[in-house]
Amino acid sequence: MNLFKADMHIHTVLSPCGDLSMSPINIVDYASSIGLKVIGITDHNSTLHGPVTRKLAEKRGIMVIFGAEVTTREEVHCLCLFETENQRSLFQSFIERNFSGIKNNTELFGHQVVVNENEEIIDEIEPLLISALNVNIDEVEKQVHQLGGLFIPAHIDRPKYSLISQLGFIPKDLNFDSLEISKNTTKEKALKDFSYIKNLRFIKSSDAHNIDQIGTAGTQLLMENISWNEFKMAILGIEGREVIIV
Amino acid sequence: MKVAEVVEKLGLEVFSGSKGLDKEIRGGYTSDLLSDVMGHADSGNIWVTLQTHKNVIAIASLKELSAIVLVKNYKPEEDTLAQSNEEGIPILGTSKETFEISGLLYNLIKG
Repeated sequence: MNLFKADMHIHTVLSPCGDLSMSPINIVDYASSIGLKVIGITDHNSTLHGPVTRKLAEKRGIMVIFGAEVTTREEVHCLCLFETENQRSLFQSFIERNFSGIKNNTELFGHQVVVNENEEIIDEIEPLLISALNVNIDEVEKQVHQLGGLFIPAHIDRPKYSLISQLGFIPKDLNFDSLEISKNTTKEKALKDFSYIKNLRFIKSSDAHNIDQIGTAGTQLLMENISWNEFKMAILGIEGREVIIV
Repeated sequence: MKVAEVVEKLGLEVFSGSKGLDKEIRGGYTSDLLSDVMGHADSGNIWVTLQTHKNVIAIASLKELSAIVLVKNYKPEEDTLAQSNEEGIPILGTSKETFEISGLLYNLIKG
């Protein structure tokens, strides 16, 4: 088994709050320069920058996990992670079917652009990606698992847009694969804070909106090799694979 | 004032938890952040929210709230209904927005 540096929660320029420097090529270049081997591309309510980032990352030996940071109807942020292009595109359709109808105001929130591998803008997204989808947290969880993805409530220790801020405590029958903690807490503290839930597993991610935030959460994956199956086992903490939070 | 009286005076819908309609209301609290309600609502409050997740009932039970009012025609989820009936904490409904129903409740209870 080996340790692989990972960051499962990275925004791109597509997220209205994502810095202009967060183009797929810049993210891949920077991830490569700091030795990351697994990165999750998780924009607010969009998976659209996954494929171009994966294409660019393959040449560097970095695995790109497709995904999105979904805002549920309760305004809980949840990471939804996928392996294949088919899963990604089906989940993208699910998101688009459930947009609230609120449009982006670029002056207030910034631009939501899709770029290609040469950083040329190829699309601008009209629905405001940071607004809540019209589906509840249980429906999102079911959809992710039906497609074979991983469902991970994001930055649960944060005082806004988290499972804890919105719903008060972790519902004991919520079918999550792991829980993400932010850089503001430690695994030890989280284990104590949420000790009312059995078999807790955590990931810690950067939630990077700027280039130099990428990889700052110090998470590593103990796996045989870099593949989705190994990644999934690490997230679930089975067969000796695990997520190591440094 | 009892929950049943408030239901009648404001024309609220009773979704569930009708066993609790004779609970006494002492004040109210309006918030959609369950963490905030957990920290700041007082026992006997009627709680105005748009959250429909079943954690609403757990928090109402923990804080000994008298009833929950869902705004803007929001409907409780099925497992929320079941929990409400089990705990005997009424979930009520209105077509009004949060500002308006909170004002009406304030006038009725504190006015």
